[in-house]
Amino acid sequence: MSTLANRAGPFTHTVNSVTRTMVWVIAALVPATAYGLWLYGWPAVMLFAITLGSALASEAVMLALLGQPVRTRLFDGSALLTGWLLAMSLPPWAPWWIGVLGSLTAIVLGKHLFGGLGQNMFNPAMVARVLLLISFPVQLTMWVAPAPLGGDAAPSFSQALAYVSARTPVPDHMSAATALGTLKTELSRGVSVAQSSAQLPPPRQLAIGNESGSMGETSAGLLLAGGLLLLALGIISWHIPVALLGTLGALAALSHALDPVRFASMPIHLLSGAAVLGAFFIATDYVTSPVSRSGQLLFGAGIGALTWVIRALGGYPEGLAFAVVLMNALVPLIDRGLRPRVFGRSRRGKSLQARTQPRIHI
Amino acid sequence: MLFQVRGGVKLSYRKELSSESPIVRMPTPKRVCVPLQQHVGSPAEPVVEVGQWVGKGQLIGRAGRGISANVHASTSGTVIAIEDRMAPHPSGLTQPTVVIEADGKDRWAELAQPVTADFPLPVTPKELSERVAAAGIVGLGGAAFPSAVKLDMRYKHSIDTLVINGAECEPYITCDDRLMREAASEVIDGVRIMAYALAVQHVIIAIEANKPKAVKAMREAAKVDHSIRVVTVPTRFPMGSAQHLLLAVTGRETPADKRTAEVGAVVHNVATARAVSSAIRRGEPLISRVVTVSGFGVREPANVEVPLGTSVEDLLAFCGGLHPVPTLLIGGGPMMGATLPSVHAPVVKGTCGVLALTASEINDGPQSPCIRCGKCVTACPAGLVPVEMAQLIRRGDLQGAKAIGSQDCIACGSCSFICPSHIPLAHYFSFANGKLGDLDRDARRQDRIRSLIQARNERTAREAEIKKAASAARKAAKAAAAALATAAATADATEATSSLLEEST
Amino acid sequence: MEPNMMLHAAQAVAAIGLLGTVLGVVLGVAARYLSAPVDDRAEAVVAILPGSNCAQCGFAGCKQAAAAIVEGRAAPNVCPPGGASTAQRVAELIGVRLAVDGADTALPTVAWVDEERCIGCTRCIRKCASDAIVGAIKQMHTVLPEACYACGLCEIECPTKAIVMKPVMPTLATWHWPKPASKRPVATG
Repeated sequence: MSTLANRAGPFTHTVNSVTRTMVWVIAALVPATAYGLWLYGWPAVMLFAITLGSALASEAVMLALLGQPVRTRLFDGSALLTGWLLAMSLPPWAPWWIGVLGSLTAIVLGKHLFGGLGQNMFNPAMVARVLLLISFPVQLTMWVAPAPLGGDAAPSFSQALAYVSARTPVPDHMSAATALGTLKTELSRGVSVAQSSAQLPPPRQLAIGNESGSMGETSAGLLLAGGLLLLALGIISWHIPVALLGTLGALAALSHALDPVRFASMPIHLLSGAAVLGAFFIATDYVTSPVSRSGQLLFGAGIGALTWVIRALGGYPEGLAFAVVLMNALVPLIDRGLRPRVFGRSRRGKSLQARTQPRIHI
Repeated sequence: MLFQVRGGVKLSYRKELSSESPIVRMPTPKRVCVPLQQHVGSPAEPVVEVGQWVGKGQLIGRAGRGISANVHASTSGTVIAIEDRMAPHPSGLTQPTVVIEADGKDRWAELAQPVTADFPLPVTPKELSERVAAAGIVGLGGAAFPSAVKLDMRYKHSIDTLVINGAECEPYITCDDRLMREAASEVIDGVRIMAYALAVQHVIIAIEANKPKAVKAMREAAKVDHSIRVVTVPTRFPMGSAQHLLLAVTGRETPADKRTAEVGAVVHNVATARAVSSAIRRGEPLISRVVTVSGFGVREPANVEVPLGTSVEDLLAFCGGLHPVPTLLIGGGPMMGATLPSVHAPVVKGTCGVLALTASEINDGPQSPCIRCGKCVTACPAGLVPVEMAQLIRRGDLQGAKAIGSQDCIACGSCSFICPSHIPLAHYFSFANGKLGDLDRDARRQDRIRSLIQARNERTAREAEIKKAASAARKAAKAAAAALATAAATADATEATSSLLEEST
Repeated sequence: MEPNMMLHAAQAVAAIGLLGTVLGVVLGVAARYLSAPVDDRAEAVVAILPGSNCAQCGFAGCKQAAAAIVEGRAAPNVCPPGGASTAQRVAELIGVRLAVDGADTALPTVAWVDEERCIGCTRCIRKCASDAIVGAIKQMHTVLPEACYACGLCEIECPTKAIVMKPVMPTLATWHWPKPASKRPVATG
């Protein structure tokens, strides 16, 4: 009678699937990505294409090597998303081999060597970014001022090719520091944060994103919109973004109130750098975040706290990648310690004591 | 005011396939195969013989020891066999069944004396519970727990609340919905009888919000008794789980491994209430039930009043047959029901639905690796961590899975439903719990056998001891006799020598 | 080398050497006096095994098998009549993780006497360690299935081959779903 006879129920299923989830996440990223690509011109487009292409290529090779079904798994969206997030966090005019090396690290080292889809302990894109940042600090901190496509400062297609293939270095007049980078270098020169903040773009501009930064992390506004879309679809839950931004914002506000000379204000922290991208797209990665809601809150708060610590007190201007990777290492512990309470049992696992006067309101 | 219940999933209910079809009574089939166990507990013992004529409603199986229930003939006819027949169970195994060839007359046997008086009833609660037990009434929501045992809980626990479960949270199933709309006054009568038998202070009828007409009908019928409250609960699976429903309407959380009676409440299904009313008011035992036949694979979905023991084949034929040929035939709802081994399986007391599902409804997909999205954790109404338990079970660590709560799993299937990777989580847990049960039974059996072996070893040792002692005793006796003989011989010889010496001197 | 340097070198060597010696002694003492007593475990394992010395495990008796298991020469599931539960208990005792293999679908067996062939010689009765066979000289023998743990000695002993091991079929009460098939045993979640 039936082909499915030899299994237990249930015999109905939600329409949701892994691919559908990935597709929506990518869709939520499109506005911010498009803006970033437009903002930084041809070199960014090329780097983006190269990064994504290498991600897919290395995924295909690894799947074939591991004997897994290439056709179905290659296009489930996971490799594409990893490459996409990595590209978003790279400097927009980085040479091609940065993109290739990053993708290779993310897919081969960060994902498949741990066991493939669902098995990795660390966020692959962040692993790649950290590795690149530590190994190639110069290339990874070569920021440029916005040079929108079609504008005067935008490099032509052939010029872009030259930058990306590393035949010609990026001219000095094009490079510019990010907001956080400016604050840090000025502080090290003895200029207070309050003073150097004045030189930064106002918060409104930071939100729109017309400033120097990574390819995709500049437009906090568009990223937030994408994040809210994911929330509305139920693809991510509010726990990690709220905990992350909440902790980061709270620490920023508190520190700025206590010592405005050394510490930047809350809007600067929340709107610049990878805070919004991280909160909605990177930290919420299913595989590397805790499974329980309370665990997710702790995880998000930890990332927010570590990000602030590295930014304000550490040597790097941006700390999100490190914070994510560090908290990833704690996820198994969080998962073990913060399990939900079982129905009918206390938190310790013992059967509940029936109370003598059970309440009833109806 | 309702209380928060964690977990659960939103489903596509597809109830419109049968929700507007009034209950139709199916004509008596030519043959009914009535299993002797349609309930939780020990099977009933047959009290009829092959060749005997039985009337409709006649007792054919008496409740066994411990928790059990009576079984009655669903129509009049001749018992042609009492043998192992196919059970409505996915294993395809058989069970003792009474096969009755209907004589077409559908004649009632002698029934119990009805109680037609109005409230307060002139019978004691004990007598009511005995009548309910005699009628073979079990929970008709699917759990099939003997209802009289539940009514008797008042003697073991202090019960103050009766909750009537009209949630019907499974997709497709609309039998309770129709029952509440068409027979609300009978249901309310049954509720009042049970409330009287339990001597409760609060009576709450809980109905899911997707059944507004049923809510209206029940509210109207409940006006006759002001202590009955009809409340609407959110439409979320598994709202019909007794313990979760209780938590939602009363705020009382049943402790793990205990019954709801432990927190002072008893939960009964609406159809069970109607069956109680039939048994008390008309003396009729439980011999039929309303079954929803639905799914895209059946020609005419309907809610049918089916004589118990009717084959699924006859029921489907009554509903126009299967078209198109479905992928699966399910007994119960799609979430917690199980595949029917064949169309020859009988409809029993716990069969709330027969579904013919097509592949598009089932929406199966190839399994892919777990991406740790955590949706199963959010969906689990029991507060478990399916992703972790399944991982342990896959690796063969069943004790590890038990340690994090696999035996608290209520088998609702929400986790499997919501998993984007199509991992059969609920199947893993039912396998693990079954296997753990196996190991437990095996361990106890091994313990018994080991004590048998020990006893035998001791016995053999004792026998050997006795043998040794006996042979030692024999040897000693022999030696003593020999010594005595030699002593006597020596004595004789000495005497002979001395007498010889005397003669010579 | 300068004398000062030699002195320093000598001091360093002495310091490390002394540290190593002290720690080595501590470890040695700990290994001797703080290690888990192995003898108790063997006794505990014997208490779990059936205790009938049927030798299906390949060892002379249950005591020898227990000693072998504790020393690591035999696996915890070496006793076939003990079944899965015995294997699990032994594994738990000696701290080895024994995966419950859902694919293990072999049904447990019990002995069964073919009444056509039984000649009533009682040889099997005398051999059965758990008194699972009832009968007497020249009377029909029969096996009590709840006492039989399938050690197989009766099957070997019977002169007319009247005893066979039959599988115990699941009933509605004991049946459960088998383990779901995992498409790729490697890529598990």
